[in-house]
Amino acid sequence: MHKRFALALAGGVAMVSVAMTSTMGAAVAQDRVNFYNWSDYIGESTIDDFTAATGVDVVYDVYDSNDILEAKLLAGSSGYDVVVPSAFPWFHRQVAAGIYQPLDLSLLPNFGNLDPALMEVVPKGPNGEDFAAMYAWGTTGFGYNPAMIAERMPDAPVDSFDMIFDPEVVANFADCGVSILGTAGEVLPIVLHYMGLDPNAENPEDLAAAEALLAEIRPHIRYFHDSQYINDLATGEICIGMGFSGDIYLAADRAAEAENGIEIRYVVPTEGTNLWFDLMAIPADAPNAEAAHTLINFLLEPEVMASMSNYVWYANPVPASLPMVDEEIAGDPQIFLGEEMIARLFVTTPRTAGYERLRTRAWTRIRTGR
Amino acid sequence: MSRKGFLPLGQRMAEAGPPSWPHGLQWLEQVLEGLWAVCLVVLRRLGLVGRRLVVNLPFFWLALFFLVPFAIVLEISFAESDFGQPPYTPLFEWVEPSALAIRINLGNYTFLLQDSLYILAYLNSLKIAAISTVLCLLIGYPMAYAIARADPRWRPALLMLVILPFWTSFLIRVYAWIGILNSDGLLNNFLLWLGVIGEPLAIRHTEVAIYIGIVYSYLPFMVLPLYANLEKMDRSLLEAAADLGCRPIRAFLTVTLPLSLPGVLAGSLLVFIPAVGEFVIPELLGGSDNLMIGKVLWDEFFANRDWPVASAVAIALLLFLVIPIMLFQWAQGRQQERRT
Repeated sequence: MHKRFALALAGGVAMVSVAMTSTMGAAVAQDRVNFYNWSDYIGESTIDDFTAATGVDVVYDVYDSNDILEAKLLAGSSGYDVVVPSAFPWFHRQVAAGIYQPLDLSLLPNFGNLDPALMEVVPKGPNGEDFAAMYAWGTTGFGYNPAMIAERMPDAPVDSFDMIFDPEVVANFADCGVSILGTAGEVLPIVLHYMGLDPNAENPEDLAAAEALLAEIRPHIRYFHDSQYINDLATGEICIGMGFSGDIYLAADRAAEAENGIEIRYVVPTEGTNLWFDLMAIPADAPNAEAAHTLINFLLEPEVMASMSNYVWYANPVPASLPMVDEEIAGDPQIFLGEEMIARLFVTTPRTAGYERLRTRAWTRIRTGR
Repeated sequence: MSRKGFLPLGQRMAEAGPPSWPHGLQWLEQVLEGLWAVCLVVLRRLGLVGRRLVVNLPFFWLALFFLVPFAIVLEISFAESDFGQPPYTPLFEWVEPSALAIRINLGNYTFLLQDSLYILAYLNSLKIAAISTVLCLLIGYPMAYAIARADPRWRPALLMLVILPFWTSFLIRVYAWIGILNSDGLLNNFLLWLGVIGEPLAIRHTEVAIYIGIVYSYLPFMVLPLYANLEKMDRSLLEAAADLGCRPIRAFLTVTLPLSLPGVLAGSLLVFIPAVGEFVIPELLGGSDNLMIGKVLWDEFFANRDWPVASAVAIALLLFLVIPIMLFQWAQGRQQERRT
């Protein structure tokens, strides 16, 4: 009863799969698993397929920012069994704070499906234990509407972050709408990198310079948000949206589905940007840890990973899935990145609390234009 | 998306039959009954029976749902932030089996004064709440007046129309406004069709959208207390005024309006207080440049993970809001005195 109540509270957009007919109850000790994932981040039928295959019901709930996930996990007793934090800086410091339990690899025969090169970047426990399996990876770039851009600036530098961060360029697009992500930790390292500064240094002067640059482009930015740009790009409400790779492809896909004549392109900017990895992990206080392992193992099946990539356009870490991924996705160098592309990207490391406070404060000033 | 979980309420209630304890939880019913019996014995010991019990129930309610959460937030506001679970340091610690160490950190409160962000956000929230309250009053007063003076046969239906929006989720109603106010939304398309405007108006992501959202959402809280007040008013006073040669407008200004002031105050507080701390409406309808205390709280909690400062902001907000309540009490008290 108590658990259900906590879940009801936590569930914002909870999608509840009911059908409490666990005929396989004898075979599976735990018949439900509470899965907290990013919005628009799973294959179309994956949840139903999992329940059909294992008899375990999934309570599925979504978030759109690492900050929200972290706040819920730190509050404790979140009730979630599987969560999908980004590796840096979030998962890195969360593991250190001891809020996850080590994975029991004997319950994860599919763990070996993971690309060892990609798994090398995943932070491990103090004794080298595995605390997470990778789920997907991608970049933070921007999407744009070629027709609306060409109309306003025929020679626009569409491959570069100049589209957003150069005041003279972005001024051309203020009237058709430009959006930036809403989380300081996602945007400011990228701005520092764009300016040729170290995105992981904690230098207040660099931060002030980045703030000055953002203050200059602020009048041309319509809003700051972590997921709204998907719909707004697809409907033509905005013409440039900074965002996560798969989300921009999703916007393009939605526009195509709506047949509204809107085309959206995703760009990994030539300056380079943030490379991120999202991981599946089990909170230390997960009520159904065994079922959580069952779910993670299922998600690591090549077919399941392929259906995720095919549906939400994110690169997955299971090489055996590639033959099943649509050619336009598997062959897209901006999704499954090539070597020379990766060389231009960076990962973010954890910041001290003092620097984060400075950064959030700067971010509030930028956001509110004060 | 699976919609199996969302049966219509009526259907679910019909299927469920009379309310009963979920399977396996019948023992809880017995435990609760036992607890209730113990409570009754304790209450009787304390001399709280019958009328006194009824009189004191609101205080128990207040203690349970206001004072206890308040005490928890107050405690966190004196702690220090720490990355862990929970993300703050304990206030009380047993250093030895018999020595209790209490660490009170006042830094979170002095911090609020050092940074102009918090004061600016408070002032801006107060401004938005105040303007929204005045707008609600200007729109709600004529509505309440019209309902109170309408044919009694029509009143229940009119009141129903005021209450009806509550049957839909607040969040969904605010979302609906996104569809109305978008540059490609209903309102702009309608105005373009009428030919009133040539270019779509940018309403969403502005302060105007916040006012529209707040006034729309809180209007019933203004109308209902005003209606309750106006409906009870002794109309023979207006007849007397008319007999003495007073014109309707003057009679309204000198009789109706002063007598309805308690309703005006109650409605205004019901709008003003929640509007100050409003987060959802500015987040969904307002632009990124709106600086309200609700968003500041969100940032402290989620971006900085600084629960102690977030709690200090909340306590300070509460103090801000207690002052208008005390003014209200004082105004009411004075009015009662004048009557007796």
